Amino acid sequence: MLRRVAPSLRRAILTSSAHGRAGAQLTEPGLSPRHALLPQWRLCSSAASTNSPPPPPPPPSSPPQGTPRPAGGSTVSSLNPAEVAKFAAIAETWWDSEGPFKPLHLMNPTRLSFIRSTLCRHFRRDPNSSKPLEGLKVIDVGCGGGILSEPLARMGATVTGIDAVDKNIKIARVHAASDPSTASIEYFCTTAEDLVKENKQFDAVISLEVIEHVANPSGFCESLSALTVPNGATVISTINRSMRAYATAIVAAEYILNWLPKGTHQWSKLVTPEELVLILERASISVQEMAGFVYNPLRGEWSLSDDLTVNYIAYGMKKVETPSESN
Amino acid sequence: MLSRGRCFPAASRIRPLVRAFCDAPPLLQDAAAGAPSSQDHTEKGDDVKARPDELDIAIVGGGMVGLAVACALSNMPLTKHLRVGIIDSNPALKSRNYLKKDGVPDSRVSTITPATISFFRDIGAWDHVQQQRHAFFGKMQVWDYTGLGYTRYSARDVGKEYLGCVVENKVLCNSLLLRLQEENGDIEKMIYPTRLISLALPSKSRQAPTREAISSGYPPEELNRSNLVKLELSDGQTLYSKLVVGADGSKSNVRQTAGIKTTGWNYPQSAIICTVEHITENDCAWQRFLPSGPIALLPIGDNYSNIVWTMSPEESLRHKSMSPEDFVKSVNNALDFGYGPHPHSGNLDYYMEKLFSDIGSTATSTKECFEVPPKAIGVVSERMAFPLSLKHSHDYVSKRIALVGDAAHTVHPLAGQGVNLGFGDAAALAKVIADGVSVGADFGDISMLKRYENDRKAANVAMAALLDGFQKMYSVDFGPLNVLRAAAFHGAQYISPLKKNIISYAMGDAKWPLFS
Ligand SMILES: Cc1cc2nc3c(=O)[nH]c(=O)nc-3n(C[C@H](O)[C@H](O)[C@H](O)COP(=O)(O)OP(=O)(O)OC[C@H]3O[C@@H](n4cnc5c(N)ncnc54)[C@H](O)[C@@H]3O)c2cc1C
Ligand SMILES: C[S@@+](CC[C@H](N)C(=O)[O-])C[C@H]1O[C@@H](n2cnc3c(N)ncnc32)[C@H](O)[C@@H]1O
Repeated sequence: MLRRVAPSLRRAILTSSAHGRAGAQLTEPGLSPRHALLPQWRLCSSAASTNSPPPPPPPPSSPPQGTPRPAGGSTVSSLNPAEVAKFAAIAETWWDSEGPFKPLHLMNPTRLSFIRSTLCRHFRRDPNSSKPLEGLKVIDVGCGGGILSEPLARMGATVTGIDAVDKNIKIARVHAASDPSTASIEYFCTTAEDLVKENKQFDAVISLEVIEHVANPSGFCESLSALTVPNGATVISTINRSMRAYATAIVAAEYILNWLPKGTHQWSKLVTPEELVLILERASISVQEMAGFVYNPLRGEWSLSDDLTVNYIAYGMKKVETPSESN
Repeated sequence: MLSRGRCFPAASRIRPLVRAFCDAPPLLQDAAAGAPSSQDHTEKGDDVKARPDELDIAIVGGGMVGLAVACALSNMPLTKHLRVGIIDSNPALKSRNYLKKDGVPDSRVSTITPATISFFRDIGAWDHVQQQRHAFFGKMQVWDYTGLGYTRYSARDVGKEYLGCVVENKVLCNSLLLRLQEENGDIEKMIYPTRLISLALPSKSRQAPTREAISSGYPPEELNRSNLVKLELSDGQTLYSKLVVGADGSKSNVRQTAGIKTTGWNYPQSAIICTVEHITENDCAWQRFLPSGPIALLPIGDNYSNIVWTMSPEESLRHKSMSPEDFVKSVNNALDFGYGPHPHSGNLDYYMEKLFSDIGSTATSTKECFEVPPKAIGVVSERMAFPLSLKHSHDYVSKRIALVGDAAHTVHPLAGQGVNLGFGDAAALAKVIADGVSVGADFGDISMLKRYENDRKAANVAMAALLDGFQKMYSVDFGPLNVLRAAAFHGAQYISPLKKNIISYAMGDAKWPLFS
């Protein structure tokens, strides 16, 4: 099963399984996905508005333990003026490059260049084309305000964006409509799991900075896999569960720089690259390439590197065989 | 290393940085079989919703720099599909043929550097320059009126074939136009022979959708355009564009409308320019510093040279209106014994040699003798006078606006750097737009445009300061300073590495002036 994975990684996987960590994550049956994910959506959707108390950051040395977050019903009513005004306020922050989603905006060109290069190779597209993804059906799972969906549409893809939070979808729709090159994006408020039930499939399934917000990463990856056509591509990015990730992504970004709303990330939810490869492998996706993102504070820019210790991105291919055959 | 420092290098450069998590290189045989076929039909105008009055990029000003931006965009695979318009009423934009080489050269010329030449090669316009009048020079002599110092540079010092090339501005414009025509077939559609009257920047609505926008279910037309800059033209037309490039010269209307401030000052000087004739061909660029400012004699092919002579505004008026014979006399005087003696290599050599005896290597032209420039026998063009100024925009970009060339900065024409900086801007802006397209960015987005500003500001400010420093140094006639100045020249003559740096910087291939 691990035949495509490099020896060094295999070692890493074995070590982490030995500590019982990866195994625990992988076999965790989880709650029903929909239920399990709700608290996390709240985290992201509440980015701008809510004032939930910050969870005490877990001591980095302790083994990751889930800190249960208070769940709350996040039902969105049909439009009323007060709600609309709130959307406007949130839209401002989703698309405010200096707002709470600043890190995503800063990272966007870098992660898109990874996606461009891997998808061009995967689908044998001309990398010099201005619309290399033309004709490809791509889904952005957990699209938020559409920060990633819009560039994908400009690169020619036929984009579907889904998010579990209705407000995000509304904001994404309005924003995309203001540019003809993104107006064709279809946004829906739904979850990956529900789309699977509808038997929807896409050439490429992309879900960036979402998996750390779901309660059951392996279930989530299985849904992503089910949404991917055989031989299609899957791209996932997230934050590593490392000391450095704790220091930079959580403490610095949430508590010192105030880039992210406090409580955005929970230590225990973070997935290491080794775990991700394993989880994906189980879900019939063989990881082909990974890259890390490093931030250069002087230039204020991110670049790709082979350092996966903080933020990283993985691209894999959906295998033709079913999971049961490959095991 | 470079690809690490920059945020999004060309997608192809990512590979080596990436940790491949598989044994076999991922050339996905079966993947490609199952994947949708890749037929690329990305052609101009395939944007279904493209309306005739909507552009991706509106370039205001079809001078050398504006045309260079258009040309660079149409030459890169990632940007050639963009809908670009050039707005300028200048009749020169109607030309579709080579300009004749016979006849008298125009008095508006530029000294272009090897960096600019390679940019022209990259965008395919250099062949057209070569079909028209241009003059390479491999030697340069700079001296001053006190007779204390002189420097002769030669291309051999830096292992190059030439130091620069003098080309008429109209030839540069025409070459870019012809290249645009080659690339785009019909450029009549691209050129709007009119002027910009006013700009209306997009409202805030793209950032914050209004309550009406949300509840009304996104009416396409109005929402689409809320995101574009509206341009009112003098022929009554209205255009909408995602990005407006201000290439409209030092009095830039785009800059003023965008509310971008400038810092700078007028030099108490004007430049008088014209074409003169010699008996033989001139093959060297000459520059002499006079008490009132520098005079330059640049070869422009055949027996012609171009004069750029800086002097007080009153003097420039006098020189404009005097008889041609008197003017020629005055030019020859200024380039020979006028204002002071010829420099003797002996005057300072003794001290210089003592001072720099520790430095072993010397440039080959160290001992080249001072020469007197060829005499002018007649002035063959109209004489034009321009006031000089140093002006620098605080910002080169704002939302959906980018300034290039003289719209962003004007420098002292001392070292012929003005338009070279502008071509550097054009190349950098086109590159940033291409990078943006490659990652699907909205290229009118300020965070994209800021990359262009970061790229160019440092280079342009350094050059402006260097030239301004030179100009100040030479506008004071004070004994001790004169000696220092001469020593600086002699220094440049004697210390080869320093000299190479000066030449490299002036040629546009060094990043930082001096002592780097
Ligand atoms: C005396 C003198 C000597 C120089 N010598 C040299 C030299 O030796 N070497 C060198 O490199 N540089 C030299 N320069 C500088 C050089 O000429 C400029 O840097 C160069 O022309 C800048 O090009 P540009 O395209 O930015 O602007 P410009 O050449 O000024 O072009 C601006 C264009 O915009 C158009 N425009 C303006 N307003 C509008 C509007 N509202 N709507 C539509 N179009 C508009 C104009 O018609 C014009 O075509 C010299 C400058 C001077 C004054
Ligand atoms: C940090 S944001 C990332 C936004 C976007 N993917 C990006 O990278 O620009 C996480 C988003 O995922 C959404 N989300 C979380 N779990 C989800 C799920 N199971 N299905 C769909 N969306 C989900 C949240 O509502 C939120 O908008």
